[in-house]
Amino acid sequence: METTTMKPPSILLAALRQDRGGQILLALLAAALVLVPLTNLVVPEGSALHLSTYSVTLFGKYLCYALLAIAVDLVWGYCGILSLGHTAFFALGGYAVGMYLMRQIGTRGVYGDPILPDFMVFLNWKTLPWFWQGMNHFPVALIMVVLVPGLLALIFGWLAFRSRVTGVYLSIITQALTFALLLAFFRNEMGFGGNNGLTDFKELLGFDLQAPGMRIALFVTTVLALAGAYLACRYIVASRFGRVLQAIRDAEGRTRFIGYKVESYKLWIWVFSAMLAGIAGALYVPQVGIINPSEFAPINSIEVVIWVAVGGRGTLYGAVAGAVLVNYAKTYFTAAAPEVWLYALGALFVLATLFLPRGVVGLMRRAAA
Amino acid sequence: MRYARRRFHVTASVARTTRWHRLFQIFSPLAFALLALSAVTANAAEEAPASNVAAAPATDFVGILSQLPNAGLSDKQQLLEQLIASHHASAQSVLKALLDEHLYSRDSDGKVFITEEVDTGLRLTDPETLTTAGTEAADGFSKVGTNNALRKFLRGAIAQFRLDDPDRSVRLVAVHEMLRDADSATVDLLRVRLSSEKDSAVRKAIEIGLAIADLDSDDAATRLAATTALSQTLDGDAYNKLKAISTANADGSYAETDDGVRNAAAKAAQRIEFWRGIYGSVETLFFGLSLGSVLVLAAIGLAITFGVMGVINMAHGELIMLGAYTAYVMQQLLPEHLALSILLSIPAAFLVSGLVGVAIERSIVRFLYGRPLETLLATFGLSLILQQLVRSIFSPLNRSVASPEFMSGTLVINDALSLTYNRLYIVLFTLLVFIALQLILKRTSLGLKVRAVSQNRSMARAMGIRSEWVDAITFGLGSGIAGVAGVALSQLTNVGPNLGQAYIIDSFMVVVFGGVGNLWGTLIGGMTLGVAGKLLEPAVGAVMAKIVVLVFIILFIQRRKQGLFPQKGRAAEGH
Amino acid sequence: MSVSINSGGGPIGLRFKPTGRRHSTNAPSPDLSHNIILYVEGITVSFDGFKALNDLNLYIETGELRCIIGPNGAGKTTMMDVITGKTRPDTGSAWFGQTIDLLGLTEPEIAQVGIGRKFQKPTVFAEHSVFENLELAMADSKRVWHVLFAKLNGEQRDRIDEVLQIIGLQDARSGRAGALSHGQKQWLEIGMLLMQDPLLLLVDEPVAGMTPQETERTAELLVSLAGKHSVVVVEHDMNFVRSIARTVTVLHEGHVLAEGSMDEVQNHPRVKEVYLGE
Repeated sequence: METTTMKPPSILLAALRQDRGGQILLALLAAALVLVPLTNLVVPEGSALHLSTYSVTLFGKYLCYALLAIAVDLVWGYCGILSLGHTAFFALGGYAVGMYLMRQIGTRGVYGDPILPDFMVFLNWKTLPWFWQGMNHFPVALIMVVLVPGLLALIFGWLAFRSRVTGVYLSIITQALTFALLLAFFRNEMGFGGNNGLTDFKELLGFDLQAPGMRIALFVTTVLALAGAYLACRYIVASRFGRVLQAIRDAEGRTRFIGYKVESYKLWIWVFSAMLAGIAGALYVPQVGIINPSEFAPINSIEVVIWVAVGGRGTLYGAVAGAVLVNYAKTYFTAAAPEVWLYALGALFVLATLFLPRGVVGLMRRAAA
Repeated sequence: MRYARRRFHVTASVARTTRWHRLFQIFSPLAFALLALSAVTANAAEEAPASNVAAAPATDFVGILSQLPNAGLSDKQQLLEQLIASHHASAQSVLKALLDEHLYSRDSDGKVFITEEVDTGLRLTDPETLTTAGTEAADGFSKVGTNNALRKFLRGAIAQFRLDDPDRSVRLVAVHEMLRDADSATVDLLRVRLSSEKDSAVRKAIEIGLAIADLDSDDAATRLAATTALSQTLDGDAYNKLKAISTANADGSYAETDDGVRNAAAKAAQRIEFWRGIYGSVETLFFGLSLGSVLVLAAIGLAITFGVMGVINMAHGELIMLGAYTAYVMQQLLPEHLALSILLSIPAAFLVSGLVGVAIERSIVRFLYGRPLETLLATFGLSLILQQLVRSIFSPLNRSVASPEFMSGTLVINDALSLTYNRLYIVLFTLLVFIALQLILKRTSLGLKVRAVSQNRSMARAMGIRSEWVDAITFGLGSGIAGVAGVALSQLTNVGPNLGQAYIIDSFMVVVFGGVGNLWGTLIGGMTLGVAGKLLEPAVGAVMAKIVVLVFIILFIQRRKQGLFPQKGRAAEGH
Repeated sequence: MSVSINSGGGPIGLRFKPTGRRHSTNAPSPDLSHNIILYVEGITVSFDGFKALNDLNLYIETGELRCIIGPNGAGKTTMMDVITGKTRPDTGSAWFGQTIDLLGLTEPEIAQVGIGRKFQKPTVFAEHSVFENLELAMADSKRVWHVLFAKLNGEQRDRIDEVLQIIGLQDARSGRAGALSHGQKQWLEIGMLLMQDPLLLLVDEPVAGMTPQETERTAELLVSLAGKHSVVVVEHDMNFVRSIARTVTVLHEGHVLAEGSMDEVQNHPRVKEVYLGE
């Protein structure tokens, strides 16, 4: 170890100095951190400057998607692993928090059972399944948010990377993974509420989930999580570790022959990315108020990939931009012209891959140059 | 309690009837047998029971019928026997109506009608001509009454009619119905019928039924013979009966007292169980193969675009969907000709999906060769557009495509095994498509070019093959096959915009599992997955079976990336 | 073993000073007590019935510079694949020194015990700068946690600069490696090999696509490496082979046909037959 000095902050600071996109992103997040609570809580409702709680939640949702997109960009943009199953990790994180929120309902459920959630009473279950034990404790739920997706990613990645499943094969089996989970979670016997999933949440840590203050708190947490994740990812890709990842992306065999255990690198970044996706899901569920098996749908995972592609992969901030832009467009279109949305999304896939290999970010860079 | 009291009441009323009637009750089995004989041989009509005290001179159908309402219960049977003996075409309908309590007489003129209750009263049918005779208020009519004994007689008589029906399937149903609650009378009736029955299936059904009845015989030799006879069948009732008599009761006693018969019965039951198990497995295998065929059909187009060309076409499922909609449209155009419309939709769907495929290749895929992940994304976008297009044109609702006559129904192989025709046709169709595809790839110059380009593009170009043209045609071929698969799927499931999505993951799994670039691998891989799924289904349920198969493939790909049948050689090693 | 190499270094100062120690890689060092660094014995590799290697036997002495020649399909590249762990043989054994069984190791493990390889087709990390390419190849711990927090120290920077100078790419140090010319990529790959500081170098066609001057420089470099390192060169260019070779091994149909000095093998009757069809 004498040949190295461990100064992560200096690597990060040096990287950020050259990272214009990151600077802009962090500045915007900082601004949101101040302006959103201010315009929502302080500015009176009648004012033109007032931000509705609905909008706060909507922005919060976009930022959760952005965090998920960063997780996908980290493995795809930097390590060449195209995951078509990242929403599996997202949904698992969401379910972990959903279970906690379910247990917070207590006797306020339709059946009023102090322990069992409504759907279990409905299924005539008598006792709480083992995997629901302890989920009434917030710290346990938080650990599960990263542990469960991380563990799944670890097992899946260990199997896949060790046997050198790469490229489209890997993409296809990630899709199979999330599809299998989709089917599994639809089953009532799984104990996650089947088709309906988990919903009707009442409170978080004793505070009413619907209260504007709570909404702002969730929003602020999401902004901080996104900023933190961005910094962590920026550090990773700026470190030598990040350069190894990109080496693997560009010439996997060569990376092996100069002595890097490619499988370990892939596994680390894969598990880290899955955990980020889990955190994104955990922040998403209390804001939208529901988690059900449809979150596992393979199409959702592919949609995330297109956010990253549209924004510009391999840049991190591009993923954020793509997630927010595409989802804003989705919100707009599904309200204004729902039948147009799928055409637009489909066209976006085709055009972005054919004409925008570097995404919106690449386009802006070219315009600037 | 209520039921018991009513029973008592009926018994009491029977007790009050004439002595003759009691006699008849005792001898009714005999009467049945005689009746049966009388029906078989027309001239036996005169040989009515000896106790017959002719109540009326009338012998014509209408005349007999008119006496029916006012005759006493005891005389009614004699009248009915005469009615049967008259061999009038409507006799069976009258008996049926009487049994169902639909036979009424009009109070004003005593005329008898077969009736049906409607809102406005009774809809009348003339019993002689079986034509409608208007509708009248119900209060002007009286029901022609029956009692237990008479109803029993009626059931026997109707069964007799149906046993004599020229249609073998009617006879077969009649036999099964009679056997369901067989008594000595029906057994005798069946024995008589057996002597004249020509149809082998009906004969067999009667034989089995009689043998089951013989198991209750007092004579051990008869029981043993019946056991021997039954040991050669696969009949479920026979198995249950044999099992019942050879299994110990709770107190250790046996229903069958004779050791020899019991042992034979146990052996026979075992044998039937064994063969039913075998045929059950064959059936599961068949279900598996038909499910596998669907997978193969869905995947085989992909085996060409992905396997041979290396193009990830996520819109493959939508090409299947387009084929299914082609079948739907074709059926709308030719609503009167179901079979023709299905046959025509096969080439039509091939053309529609094939042309769309060529368009996809020319407009998108060709710009992305060598970039599989980008191809995946672009074609996925395309799949969304195609889905929405179909939604806009046909509505988001599912459509159903009717199956032609020859595809419905069941092929009965024996008592334990029957195969539905639509599944059978799917299996055959899949094999046909597979063979056709093999021939195209192995025997035509197009196939030669396709293989040349897929193995070494630059060399193929150097030899003057227009690789661009070959790419487009190959992609079109794979897409066209997807369309044909869609026609087949339209016969099994509803046609909707999401049809393709349901198959895309399965299709990729099959191709990857079988080994990319290997059509045989796709065939065997798909069939294997289908059979495995069906084998798992009884144990874990359909959804869980699907999950297990998915997880299995995920693990399998880890062990053998190249699939079941990898392409070998240096070229496959890659860098 | 007295391999006296005329390490002339030459006027361009191509002499490369190896650091002579393995860098905290935690990898075992080979036992070179018998002066043989590589044992390849009875190796057979078949692809779908075709035998790419057929009972191949090869021994490389410590510090030796060995050239391997042979017609196309003789199994030269497959041999390198086996030694570096890319291809698993059907039968046979491959040992690095006395104690390290190469067939039980993965590619990165083989790289870490001290075998470096330059590919026939130059493979560099196109999106990285030249400097970063060398940094990645540098002999240093390649474990995930170390790499996540690693930072170059002065000594390492100097080393990279030194190699940059040797391969003549000082001016291109921060440019994209993908933008280099074919010859420059060859040099960069050689530079990466130097950064790895391996005990055994496997060099596949190092001078393909090089100018005569570059070829000469390469020859000098390889000769200077021998002694401290063991070098195995596969090459088609006979003049190049003649200029550097002490011992030449001729492969034919996956088997060693002849071994000896250049003159010896050139006069070998079987070699003449194979090469000239006599």
